[in-house]
Amino acid sequence: MLASLLRIVALTRKELLAVLKDRRARMSLLIPPILQCLLFGYAATYDLSHIPYAVLDRSHSTASQDLLARFDGTRLFERVANLSTQRQVRDSIDDRRALLAIEIPADFARRLQAGGADLQIIADGRNSNTAGTALGYAQSVVDDFNSDWRADHGQAGPPVMVAARAWYNPNLVTRWNMIPGLIGTLTMIQTLMLTAMSVAREREQGTFDQLLVTPFRPAEIMAGKALPSMLVGIIQATGVLLVAQVWFRIPFQGSFLTLYAGLTLFVLAAVGVGLVVSALCQTMQQAMLFSFILIMPFALLSGLTTPISNMPLSLQYFTFINPLRYAIDITQRVYLEGAGAGVLMPDLWPLAAIAAATLAAASWLFKRL
Amino acid sequence: MRLQGTLRPKLRRILALVRKETRQMVRDPATIAVGIVLPVILILLFGFGLSLDVRNVPLAVVMEDSSAPAGNLLAAFTLSSYFNPQVVYSPQAAERLMMEGRVDGILTIPSDFARRYGAGNARVQLVVHGSDANRARIIESYVDGAVGAWSARQSADEGTSAGNGPVGVQSRLWFNSANDSHYFLVPGLVVLVMTLIGAFLTAMVVAREWERGTFEALFVTPVRSGEILLGKTVPYFGLGVLGLLLCIVAAKFLFRVPIVGSLAVLVAGSMLYVLVALGVGLLISSYFKNQLVASQLTMLATFMPALMLSGFLFDLRSMPAVIRALTYLLPARYYVALLQTTFLAGDIWPVILPNAAALAVMLGLLGYASRAVTHKRLG
Repeated sequence: MLASLLRIVALTRKELLAVLKDRRARMSLLIPPILQCLLFGYAATYDLSHIPYAVLDRSHSTASQDLLARFDGTRLFERVANLSTQRQVRDSIDDRRALLAIEIPADFARRLQAGGADLQIIADGRNSNTAGTALGYAQSVVDDFNSDWRADHGQAGPPVMVAARAWYNPNLVTRWNMIPGLIGTLTMIQTLMLTAMSVAREREQGTFDQLLVTPFRPAEIMAGKALPSMLVGIIQATGVLLVAQVWFRIPFQGSFLTLYAGLTLFVLAAVGVGLVVSALCQTMQQAMLFSFILIMPFALLSGLTTPISNMPLSLQYFTFINPLRYAIDITQRVYLEGAGAGVLMPDLWPLAAIAAATLAAASWLFKRL
Repeated sequence: MRLQGTLRPKLRRILALVRKETRQMVRDPATIAVGIVLPVILILLFGFGLSLDVRNVPLAVVMEDSSAPAGNLLAAFTLSSYFNPQVVYSPQAAERLMMEGRVDGILTIPSDFARRYGAGNARVQLVVHGSDANRARIIESYVDGAVGAWSARQSADEGTSAGNGPVGVQSRLWFNSANDSHYFLVPGLVVLVMTLIGAFLTAMVVAREWERGTFEALFVTPVRSGEILLGKTVPYFGLGVLGLLLCIVAAKFLFRVPIVGSLAVLVAGSMLYVLVALGVGLLISSYFKNQLVASQLTMLATFMPALMLSGFLFDLRSMPAVIRALTYLLPARYYVALLQTTFLAGDIWPVILPNAAALAVMLGLLGYASRAVTHKRLG
């Protein structure tokens, strides 16, 4: 038992040396995840901070100017053009100068006094998600205008008001969900690839045969291959976590113990998948392509960019074998909700199951080499 | 027609190289994997798996009021295709559902709803799950809209026309009136597939040749380095065009995304982009001459930015200035603008020309740079 443990430690050391001895290789393991986290933390947001809009004001009244001043006052909206014809509205949207075009009809002021005016807002739907968000912002500017107008003119408010609140992310900042989700995503990409390459590299270079003539048992070889990758994965996850907390200052609600327990299980599952790939591939190129073909659906069907509940049922079933799906759920919930291990059981046991299944499959495959 | 003396052997050499490269490409399993399997997987994932549309939102409705107006409001939610309400009678039950992630929001109709509705100032409370901020915001606005529409209908029925308030907004979504997120996800998919074939595959294959020394074997032949590059480019360009056709067919017939602009502009713009992507792939692989480094770098430098920084998912105008400046260096940015416009809005030259020009400039620079890197010299 002790001898076996010693052999595993020795092999782990050897593997770590192989991966980390080169300064460039060291950098390539740590810098990309952190750089990507920074870059995507800023870029990957559905929130809008700059909405260029054009105005066709046919009313030219104090009321219409008052309303438009509210748009200009938000800092979110930037008026890029004052238009005078319908044709210009079309052009300003077509050539993407404006995301929204606001059209105020000539009888705006008169009808407002009479009790109900209309306003037309046209949105560039080439990205309908962005357009929908921008329309939502515009609606809330108009809502503010309405409630002030009612107060000034002694009118009652609307018969029913909706008081909305958001749990866990009070200002609904996309970054708050995105970055904790990136902890799992960025870690998986490299851990899986690193593991998949490790055996393939030895095979391509012919050193795997040397390893086989040593007193190592197949299970020990596997452990020796798995541990370094797990270590690297956990370090990468820590790097991304640090960026989230120190740089983006997203408040951490949960316990680190729960988070790391979940991450360890996840990294184990990712390493398991990597080992299976590794056992099946003869060359590094094959290993890389195979892991790439796996990572793509794992990343796209993880719920990070689009919700899982929107997927058709058959693909929702596929996500049950996707370790990243559970990892993102765990990191987001521990991070934002402060969820404890008890609540996270539905995420933890599938990860354990995936890890057990893939490791068993890998060890069976290794024995047959 | 007879070709001039110096041109003819040159052409023959290039043709021979193209034939050799094409054979090499067709017989390489890596090409099949990246050039065909991955695009098909991507098309299926994007077409069927990804959607940002919000429909059938599971919503817990806490009914603290059992009056007729409250029941009436609940019915409005039950009948809507946007919501899938689940009635509970205590806030604790609703919170439990939310914690377990079984509902995305809690709508509370308070016990004084009917009384206050009679007085004209009722309130309902909505709590949304913020773990997906984008979705949460859409749910908020849908609930707002549903309640507003309900109360407008009620007042119309009672003849106390309150209308839509002092100013009502009529919004229209141009180019995508059905508000279907596939309309922008599918053009984005074309960008990803073209990037994959153009940059990733080329980088990997060419770097492998450097690793194995087969590139150097070519150097001892009478072909010039420019001809070698051309011979490499043509087959992969062909594969890119094949991938493009696959995507267009899938977009049009599988996902029913309209192609409003002309096919010619779409194809010409895409060919330009494939060439640029090929240039990036060639440049990276000729510089690093190592499969692993080259493919990881092309992944980081082309595929990930095409996904995250090209404006196909996330709006470029809302990114911080530094990152926005960085996106001007990315070919994918121009291609996304070109594709979204040609697919959904039509041949709008003020958008197409500048973006195509930017791609053409990049192509020129890349062509020059890859020639400079591919010396006929043994390292």
